[in-house]
Amino acid sequence: MNAQISRLALVGLALMVALILGTTYWQAWASAGLADRQDNAIQRVAQFTVKRGLIYAGDGRTLLATNVRKQVGGQTLYFRRYPNGRLAPEVVGYSTQSRSQAGLERSYNDCLTGSNSNLSTVFHTAIDRLKGVTVTGNDLYTTIDPRAQRLANRLLAGKCAAAVALEPSTGKVYVLASSPSYDPNLVEKNFAQITRSGGACKPASPLFDRATQGLYAPGSTFKVVTASAALDTGRFTPDSTFFDPGYCVEYGQKVFNAGNPDQTGPESFGTVSLTTALQHSINAVFCKIGQALGAGPIVDYMKRYGFYSVPPLETPIDERAASGRYKGHRLDRSTSDADPGRLAFGQERLLVTPFQMAMVAAAIANHGVVMRPHVVDKILSPNRGILTRRHPEKLGRAIKPETASELTTMMEAVVTGGTGTAAQIPGIQVAGKTGTAETGIPHQYNAWFIAFAPADHPRVAVAVVVENGGFGGRTAAPIAKAIMQAILRRG
Amino acid sequence: MSLRNRELANLVAVGVLTGLGFASVYIARQHVVSTGSLSYAVFFLCLYVAAHVVTRLTVPNADPYLLPIAGLLSAVGVTEIYRINPDDAFRQGLWIVIAVALFAATLVALRRDYRRLESYKYIAGLTAIFLLVLPALPGIGTTVNGARLWVEVGGYQFQPGELAKIMLIVFLAGYLREKREVLAQGRLKDFGPLLVIWGGAMLVLVETNDLGSALLYFGIFLGMLYVATGRGLFVGLGGALFLAGSAAAYKLIPHVRERVTIWLHPWTDHKVYCPQVDRLTLRQDCQSYQLVKSLYSIGNGHFGGTGLGRGTFVTVPDHGKPHELIPYLKTDFIYSAIAQELGLIGAAALLLVYMLFVARGFRIALLAQDGFSKLAAAGLTFGFALQTFIIVGGILRIIPLTGITLPFVSYGGSSVVANFVLLAGLLLISNRAARPPS
Repeated sequence: MNAQISRLALVGLALMVALILGTTYWQAWASAGLADRQDNAIQRVAQFTVKRGLIYAGDGRTLLATNVRKQVGGQTLYFRRYPNGRLAPEVVGYSTQSRSQAGLERSYNDCLTGSNSNLSTVFHTAIDRLKGVTVTGNDLYTTIDPRAQRLANRLLAGKCAAAVALEPSTGKVYVLASSPSYDPNLVEKNFAQITRSGGACKPASPLFDRATQGLYAPGSTFKVVTASAALDTGRFTPDSTFFDPGYCVEYGQKVFNAGNPDQTGPESFGTVSLTTALQHSINAVFCKIGQALGAGPIVDYMKRYGFYSVPPLETPIDERAASGRYKGHRLDRSTSDADPGRLAFGQERLLVTPFQMAMVAAAIANHGVVMRPHVVDKILSPNRGILTRRHPEKLGRAIKPETASELTTMMEAVVTGGTGTAAQIPGIQVAGKTGTAETGIPHQYNAWFIAFAPADHPRVAVAVVVENGGFGGRTAAPIAKAIMQAILRRG
Repeated sequence: MSLRNRELANLVAVGVLTGLGFASVYIARQHVVSTGSLSYAVFFLCLYVAAHVVTRLTVPNADPYLLPIAGLLSAVGVTEIYRINPDDAFRQGLWIVIAVALFAATLVALRRDYRRLESYKYIAGLTAIFLLVLPALPGIGTTVNGARLWVEVGGYQFQPGELAKIMLIVFLAGYLREKREVLAQGRLKDFGPLLVIWGGAMLVLVETNDLGSALLYFGIFLGMLYVATGRGLFVGLGGALFLAGSAAAYKLIPHVRERVTIWLHPWTDHKVYCPQVDRLTLRQDCQSYQLVKSLYSIGNGHFGGTGLGRGTFVTVPDHGKPHELIPYLKTDFIYSAIAQELGLIGAAALLLVYMLFVARGFRIALLAQDGFSKLAAAGLTFGFALQTFIIVGGILRIIPLTGITLPFVSYGGSSVVANFVLLAGLLLISNRAARPPS
């Protein structure tokens, strides 16, 4: 029997060896992957001994995220607090034990906990651990303008709306506001209170960032993109004339301008220039331009502005959405079934985020160059050394400089004597475009406004959307104006 | 050095290690635990010295390493349980006292000749079956975590399966020694018992909903059958039958199917139906919650571990009370706790200790002179190894996870008692094998 016993012993010992190998796999090979898992609460709880880095607004003083020190069970632990919690939760996010993380707290977790791979950070963290000193994370300085952001929050309050403001020449995000919003301090303490909070719309979804994730039909604001294609391809000029019969023929059916809530003036304008068509947001003209260009070139220019890809930003990628034509919940990249006429005035299953529309305005303001948007300005190590500082970065050219200046002139006309007069700022030339997009429900429109100012030397570009807000020129334009004024006043 | 002196020296070393373990926990958690914790080590040393005195008197020629290994494993278990919850450690300590008493009683009762057990083999077999069926009886059987393995009488819970395992091994050792020549010829009618026991294992599987126990009993049976007959074909056939049975169980029993799904795909990117809360969630938040959390615990240990007492098992209370991050930590998932606090170095060392126990056990089987002793020693040792593999392998996602205990380490009275009785059996066989011919 001894031969059999020896063989069985080998099996028994092999089983133990398999266990040692299995343990080695999870603790050496796979442990980094496990640590990165979102639902790994152990990892998050273990990080509570780390003094997370602070998060500041763009003024370098307003604290967006800080820590309170507590002695829990003999350990010094640091709990996150958001002193200006309601200011920019869409950007900052939260870091909790029970509800995971969001926003910069999530995407910059390594940096904030001092576990990023920057050489100096690695060195300091290792020394701190060896000395038994609390590990301190790196501080984030965002580009958020606290005054303008606070104003935007106040203007959007009570509505379901979003606003984005960028610096055209750098891509800096000044304002990123979404309403209804939430207090990140409540996420761990009283999550039910957040979910209970209502809003002007149903579902209110306060945790949902309407500025970067909200997908809305752009309505007439999209005419700016159509005009970009029309001018930049050289097919049309701002003075090209069109006859507006008051309707556009689509599939043999007349689509009347009367159905366009964004249009001001008579139902039929007769013979008009492209500038006038944009100024008064005449659907029939843009419908004709779209049919002349075809869907292909329009989609081409959309892509140049950044549509069809998730806009770059430092927040987690799944907290942003790409703009473009949608089929169900998916981006539809084909143009074969797109109707160019309807596409040209911003319908045709087009869904865009306010963030993307702000990028369009900023690109036109920046002579046609799209800058990479960013919300993190610099990262400072605990001993105040600069680890990284963000420099402006070009994403690409959307349109020629000449096209940009032609479009600027046309958009100025919108504000001086068109649909967007509510956005006029005394002494400062504003360029803008209104939008009043159908929601699919009769007499309910999403109000849009995109703009930049001063038109000759733009320092700010904005996009505002108000769900169920009626006419863009009446609801969204004053909000956009106020936000721009707040930023321009900074000097 | 004589065998027993060697055992004593080893036990003293184990006592010192236990003292170090409790001191580590005390240093890391002195805000929660009292200095009284340090007396655990002294208490354990006394307990094992007492056990040692019994072995000196009853089995002087037995293997000198097994008792210290069992002492070390149970001390590691109590230390870790103490770190998780001091009250549980006290209860576990009491169970170890009871287990050591039963260990001593077994040694005293069978010191002259344990082989008379052979004549009671059918009683042992029937007892095993009775114990296995017990959890299925209405009124006393309870379902824990989807598997019916527990019996509850008057507020006390125990797993009869642990003792059934030993009874089954005694029965098989006696039965196989008697029938091994006949079985080895491999005539068709002799396959009867094999089929009966296969059916039994499957019944256990269906009744308890527990793939792990079925695998354990059937694995022990196949191992012993192989030792008795030397026919690899039987093992192959048996394995094939077990696979067929498992496949049928997979098709028919939702609980088994769920276990396999969890094993293969613990994480999902999209939401799947979660019966517990009756809505769609990610699988890692529902069915595979325990497995995944335990893997996170192991992963958090890395090479060196967080240190005894410094692991993360509960949330940090900012608001409200802390809650556990890993369910069933002190019972089924004690290995995940140890792996986090001691790291790869500690966990691998623990597994090497198990390996040493297995090696010593098989050595006893090799040295034993009669068939019954050989079969019993091989069966007990293989069962021990297989049980360790089934629970730790389940935790490590090598096989589907089933909730059985880690021998000597897990929290639980029936497990500790059964394993000390198993140890007594091995020492008795070892003592007889090494006895100078009279």
